Amino acid sequence: MSATVIRGGRIIDPANERDEIADLLIVDGRLAPLSQLSTLNSQPDEIDASNLIVSPGLIDLHVHLREPGFGWKETIESGARAAAAGGFTTIVCMPNTSPVADSPSTIAWIKDRAAKVACVNVLATGAISKGLMGEELAPIGSLRQAGVVAITDDGQCIQNNELMRRAVEYARMVGLPVFDHCQDYNLVGNGVVHEGYWSTLLGLPGWPSAGEEAIVMRNVLLAELCDHHIHCQHISAAGSVRILREARARGVKISGEVCPHHIALTDDAIQNFDTNCKMNPPLRTKEDVVALLGGIADGTLGFLASDHAPHAKFEKEVEFDAAPFGIVGLETELGLFLDLLVHKNKTIDLPRLIEMFTVNPARLLQIGAGTLSPGRTADVTVIDPELEWTFEASASPSLSRNTPFDGWKMKGRAVRTIVAGGTVWKL
Amino acid sequence: MTEPGKSAMRWQRKDLLGIRELSAEEITFILDTADAFKEVGTREIKKVPALRGKTLVNFFVEPSTRTRTSFEIAAIRLSADVINISASTSSLTKGETLKDTAKILEANHADIIVLRHSSSGAPQFLAERLGSSIINAGDGAHEHPTQALLDLYTIRERKGAVAGLHVVIIGDILFSRVARSNIFGLLKLGARVTLVGPSTLVPREFEKLGVTVSHEIDEILPTADVVNLLRIQHERQRKEYFPGIGEYIRLFGLTKERAKLLKPDCLIMHPGPINRGVEIDSELADGPQSVILDQVTNGLAIRMAVLYLCGGIAT
Repeated sequence: MSATVIRGGRIIDPANERDEIADLLIVDGRLAPLSQLSTLNSQPDEIDASNLIVSPGLIDLHVHLREPGFGWKETIESGARAAAAGGFTTIVCMPNTSPVADSPSTIAWIKDRAAKVACVNVLATGAISKGLMGEELAPIGSLRQAGVVAITDDGQCIQNNELMRRAVEYARMVGLPVFDHCQDYNLVGNGVVHEGYWSTLLGLPGWPSAGEEAIVMRNVLLAELCDHHIHCQHISAAGSVRILREARARGVKISGEVCPHHIALTDDAIQNFDTNCKMNPPLRTKEDVVALLGGIADGTLGFLASDHAPHAKFEKEVEFDAAPFGIVGLETELGLFLDLLVHKNKTIDLPRLIEMFTVNPARLLQIGAGTLSPGRTADVTVIDPELEWTFEASASPSLSRNTPFDGWKMKGRAVRTIVAGGTVWKL
Repeated sequence: MTEPGKSAMRWQRKDLLGIRELSAEEITFILDTADAFKEVGTREIKKVPALRGKTLVNFFVEPSTRTRTSFEIAAIRLSADVINISASTSSLTKGETLKDTAKILEANHADIIVLRHSSSGAPQFLAERLGSSIINAGDGAHEHPTQALLDLYTIRERKGAVAGLHVVIIGDILFSRVARSNIFGLLKLGARVTLVGPSTLVPREFEKLGVTVSHEIDEILPTADVVNLLRIQHERQRKEYFPGIGEYIRLFGLTKERAKLLKPDCLIMHPGPINRGVEIDSELADGPQSVILDQVTNGLAIRMAVLYLCGGIAT
């Protein structure tokens, strides 16, 4: 028998509406009631958490681990270590790998690989359409049986509304949420940055907000039609927030997630053609940031995620319009959100932030994680919300360094990450 | 020739990436320097030793004849050694990155690289990585600084000054690097700028740059001191930007009838290549108000000035 007690921390467990200073007991990798302390046959290990937050292990429901197929950008092993360093005990990987995760065999490979090398829990998503081509449905029922927690064509967006409708109907039958990367290909064209002042000034092809909003609206209609959940990934535009707010008020099963870069930066960051500020959807305007903050504050946007998208230096060090979209984000995500949402803008308080990183994604994914209830697997994140620190990309366990946040000072971060009772990372 | 750059200013830039980062003083300094080089072009022996021993690479990843030729002649007149590389003759077609190709050029001791590229920001990308002098010969829809400088030079030469003039730029503004560089330069030198064209190619967003946007060409032409017509670029256009050439001519073409609205001393400019009968009537392009060939000649002087100034810093 092995036991660990985390002493004196502020336990915040939104799933149980718990927020108090207390000890947390872990026995044999599971959370246990404190009453068991007296029955232990040996002295437990102790972790001092005084002045720290003890949270259910954080969940990031949007990461790219690049395996199989793109192991020079990231591997399941390195991505999992970056997640641990960011305070995440569970990450959900996107299916745009090579081969695409559109078959049970690829899902089996990912799960097998993760079981062997990942220091955190890795959950797989499957593709909605075969090869992410947006033409035919992937074997969604078989993917479910293989263990995916959601389906998505992330990176791509199904343009054919009829195909998307059938996908959502089918996903309802097998009980999988549908995640969608919202991008109308005709409206967006070859856009690489937000269509507005900076795209006009720099002569870069514009990516208009309407290109996202149109698909968010489409998804509202289909979620309603099919009575099934559609989760809109990486929401960036003010209009999308408005559409989601209206639909959710009517009870439509639709949700939205926010990535840190979309509130930390605006499109003026691209003025020197820095490809580490090129992501999809693009950085937008101050007005969009204000709308995203409003959506987080009133619960319209209930999910926070990194969209961790590693690319090698040589891939990003090219002409702006030729560079791939995306940035790494697992290690800076919690710090940026704590700093911006809790400290600077006071958009939400700490329990709400933890809710958005734990119970909300756990419920969407229908997994048992995201709480500190006794009996559950002991995935725990210990957070110092006041710690001031500087992110150094060069020290990252990720294989990639494509971040605009290198050298950024932030307030608040995870200081220890515990998976199934074992510390997988600590500061 | 008179001593170039005899005014108080000292040129500090090894690169010319765009007009936006230049001050009015720097722009004027280039124009003044070009005055001296224009005089060289009138001599029997049109060559000066300013860049003797220097190597200039004309690196044209996007095709161009007139700009490349102009840079080449300018460099030859400055006694530089010139080589030309196009996308089809470079290793870019073999998948080599721009960075690697440029590093190869630098390792071969290219002192000046003149870059034409279809991606906005490509010259800045090189300038941040190479010690060579980088001259932007047009990047995507971003900037074409030497074109704007030769336009400013031509306007100043004909009108005495740029400040206070009303310059009307007509056509495909959205995709035009010439338009952007002209807008930045004209505003810095105190001109008033109106952009005219279909709303799809002249979005209102441009007004945030400090210009006026209009879709009523007949109202604007009588007040113009200069009209600068841009090529309607079929090759860049997806067809939904406007319904067709016939309608474009009807709404925005500088026809002979419409040209009657112009002041008699209004200059007609075009950066070329011209679509005769589309953005401009063929006879007008060759008519007395046209300064299109002056632009070409002045382009040589401007490019000599730019190569002389930036090439001097790179050493």
